[in-house]
Parts: sequence; structure tokens; C-alpha cells
Amino acid sequence: MGASHAHPLYLPGTSPLHRARPQCKIAATLLFVLAVVATPREAFWAFGLYGLLLAALAAVARIPPATLAKRLLIELPFLAFALFLPIVGHGERVEVLGMSLAVGGLWGAWNILVKGTLGVTASAILAATTPVAELLGGLERLRLPKALTVIASFMVRYADVIADEVRRMRIARISRGHDPRWIWQARAVAASAGTLFIRSYERGERVYLAMVSRGYTGSMPVAHDLDATRAQWLAALAVPATAVLVAATAWGVRL
Amino acid sequence: MTPGPPGTGPLALEVDGVAFAYPDGHQALYGVSFTVRRGERVALLGPNGAGKTTLVLQLNGVLLAGAGRVAVAGLPVAPEHLREIRRRVGIVFQDPDDQLFMPTVAEDVAFGPANLGLRGAELETRVKGALAAVGMEEHASRPPHHLSFGQRRRVAVATVLAMEPEVLVLDEPSSNLDPASRRELAEIVESLDITTLMVTHDLPYALQLCQRALILNDGRITADGPTAKLLSDTELLAANRLELPFGFDPAALDRR
Repeated sequence: MGASHAHPLYLPGTSPLHRARPQCKIAATLLFVLAVVATPREAFWAFGLYGLLLAALAAVARIPPATLAKRLLIELPFLAFALFLPIVGHGERVEVLGMSLAVGGLWGAWNILVKGTLGVTASAILAATTPVAELLGGLERLRLPKALTVIASFMVRYADVIADEVRRMRIARISRGHDPRWIWQARAVAASAGTLFIRSYERGERVYLAMVSRGYTGSMPVAHDLDATRAQWLAALAVPATAVLVAATAWGVRL
Repeated sequence: MTPGPPGTGPLALEVDGVAFAYPDGHQALYGVSFTVRRGERVALLGPNGAGKTTLVLQLNGVLLAGAGRVAVAGLPVAPEHLREIRRRVGIVFQDPDDQLFMPTVAEDVAFGPANLGLRGAELETRVKGALAAVGMEEHASRPPHHLSFGQRRRVAVATVLAMEPEVLVLDEPSSNLDPASRRELAEIVESLDITTLMVTHDLPYALQLCQRALILNDGRITADGPTAKLLSDTELLAANRLELPFGFDPAALDRR
């Protein structure tokens, strides 16, 4: 049984970013990403400013740059797609290192690369400074339907339990000489997946039973107090406000 | 070892002629009757498949008996007062992972009392009191899945204690516990001043914690008496598919 898993993304700390209210942080992150996405792709200096802004935040939150860089790896599959754009793109082409690349495609790839990286960095900072439970509380504060936050919190709660079950089933399989290398050996894995589904379903029923036994009637009790003051909102929104200003300036310069 | 005191108070639990069949036609209980007095600690013994869990779910109205009557501290289990019944009967399920589903221990313990309408400082006092009763105060803000199995079981007990039940029902409380956690849990159960029904096939544990025991087999109560006496009756145990662990001397039990 998993006893001592750490939160995979959260880095404990006491920085102003850690102490900020989760709903403020979530809203700020969302607005920041929107500002980044709305910035014209030709405005290199604007993306530089966004990068500096995020670097400053990461420094304040004391997130080691190496940790942050490692977490950016999640965007690689999307970047792989972006790399295709210059190769398969139409229109005007340029020669780079003996390859003929589409100019429009290059701009598209750059656009995805820079905006994706900034967006992922912003969410990585949010995740590193906010425990999952608070994140869910914050979403609830932002009026996300309660049913969704409850489902998400169950998902977080039981991910470890189910992962543990998967691990035990796998160990039990390989202990009986199962050594899946070829596609036709996938049958046992598929059967395990089916069993896992049934078990998880049955667990769902037992959890519900335990909830009903403690007086659950269809609505979750209100979570802890997470009220944010005006000052807390202003402080948190200063970051995306800067980003919006940069984006607006970038458009202004272009016009 | 201090088995629970004999009950002399008013009836905490009345089960009278309860029969139950699942919707698929499987008959799990055939007219079960027994009573538990306030302050008693009673073991409900029986082999796997005897109907123990089915019986437990009758007590708080998750399953409603097809025939017979269940009452908790005088209040009959019926759809119109299920909320009060579920406050009065606190069930600690076998797998703490089924019981603990909130993001933190404190929120999980607060779940039951909050469903009863408690808020604010009152709710906090309940949570603190319940966690203190099982010695888990310092883990209040941790997520349940970061605790050890024994700690999770203790928190599961706290989630129920926070509702201040009349009757505490423990479903296989010793299962999957290492000897130290098992002893710690026994100490907690002994320290609680509450009517307890302990469902188990762990006979030494029943002997340690409960002066009286019931044996349930094939949906019927087949014995009801002092735990030590029932456990020293080899034929009775054999007839009910119950067995003492290796090295346990039933004759020594009788002399206790």
C-alpha cells in the first residue's frame, strides 16, 4: 500500500507565491496565458519580457530552475508536432542547412514553441506552489460546478490507490512468468485492465456506501475557508496585468 | 486485558427477526435476533460469507430488512429517520481507502459531522476531539493516502467518532494490520467509552476486546455468550467454520 508518496508537483515552501490564495493564483495564471496567446508572434521582445516575468516568479517561489526545466519536458510531444510545420508548410520557402523550409511554417512552429513553453512554465509554477487540495478549493471558489471539483478530488485521492493496484497486478503477472514483448501477448494486459475497471467500479460502490453511512445525501459539505481579500486579489493580478500591458503594447507597436 | 464491561444499561441495539434477501434472490439473513446494551463491547464472529457485512448494513439502514425490526437506542431503522440512524450507528469499514476520500485527514473527519449540519468552531472541536481519541491530531492536514495502513484505519475510526455515535461498528478492525498497529488499535478501542459491535473472524482479538460474542453462520445466530466460553467450545467452533490460531489453547481459555 502506498504510504509515503509525495505530491508529485508541489514543492513545499513559504514564499509569497505559496501563501497567495489558490483562486487568485488560478485566475492570474489563466489571464497570463491568455495574454501570452494573444500576443502577436513577431513581437520577440514581448516574449522575452514574459520569460523574465516568469523567471522572477520562479525565483521568488524558490523553484530550482533545473526542476522547472524538467517539468517542461511534458510539452515535448506537442513540440514534435510543431517541428513538422516548417517541413510540410506551403508558400514562401527559405534554405536552412540545406533544407527547404516554409516561412509560414517556421512562424507557426515558433508561435507554438514560445507560447506553449510560457504557458507550461506558468502552470508548472502554479502547481509547484499550490497543493492539489488547495487547487481544488480554489477552483470551487471560482464557481466551477461542485460536481466537477468533487470528481477531480476523487481522482486525485484514488490515483495512487489505483496505480498501486496496477503495480501489484503487474508484479503478480510477471511473477507467473509473463514477459510481454509482442502484441499477441497483450491479452493478459487487456484482461488486467478489465479486472482493474471492475475493481475500481466496485471500490466506487464501497466508497459511496461509506459516504452514505456518514450521512451523505448528495452534496459535499463546504470546504475550509478560502476567502481572499481585495489586496490579495490585487497582488495576484498584478502579474497578468503586466502581461496584458505587454501584449497590448506589442499590438500597438505593430499597428 | 480488560474485556468490555457487561451491559446493564438500556438497549443500544435491538435486532429482532431480521431476514434479508438480495435483489438477485440470494438469501443472506434468516431471522437474526440479538440485543446489545449500552456500554457493551460485543464481537460478531462468523466465517466468510456468513452474512456479517449484510447484517452490519442493516444496522444503519443502507440495506433495509425484508422482515423483522432493527432499532438503535430505541429508534427504529426506517426511511423517515435514516439521517439520525446514520448518526447513531458509526460503521468503520474494512478498507480504510474506501472510507477516506477527502483531500486531507481533517476534512475527511469533518465530512460526517458537516453532513449533520455542524459548521465553524463546533465542527472544528469535533474533528480535533475525534482525532485526539485515536492519537492522530498531528496528521490532521495530511492527505489520507500518505499515511500508513494502521494510521489510515485509526483515522477511519475517527471519521465515525466525530459523529458521536451511539454504537460503533468495526468491520474486521484487525485485518491487514501488523502486530504493533493491531495492539495500538486495541488500546484505542479499549479507551473509548462507547457501545461497540466488532465484526471479525480474528478470535483472539475478539477475546481480548469483547466479553461477549455472537456467532453468525449461514445467516443465523448460532451462539451468544461469554467470548471465552464460546471459544473454548471446540465443537461449536468447528460447526461454524471458526478456528483458533495455531498454538492457542482452548482449555486455558476456560480457566480464565
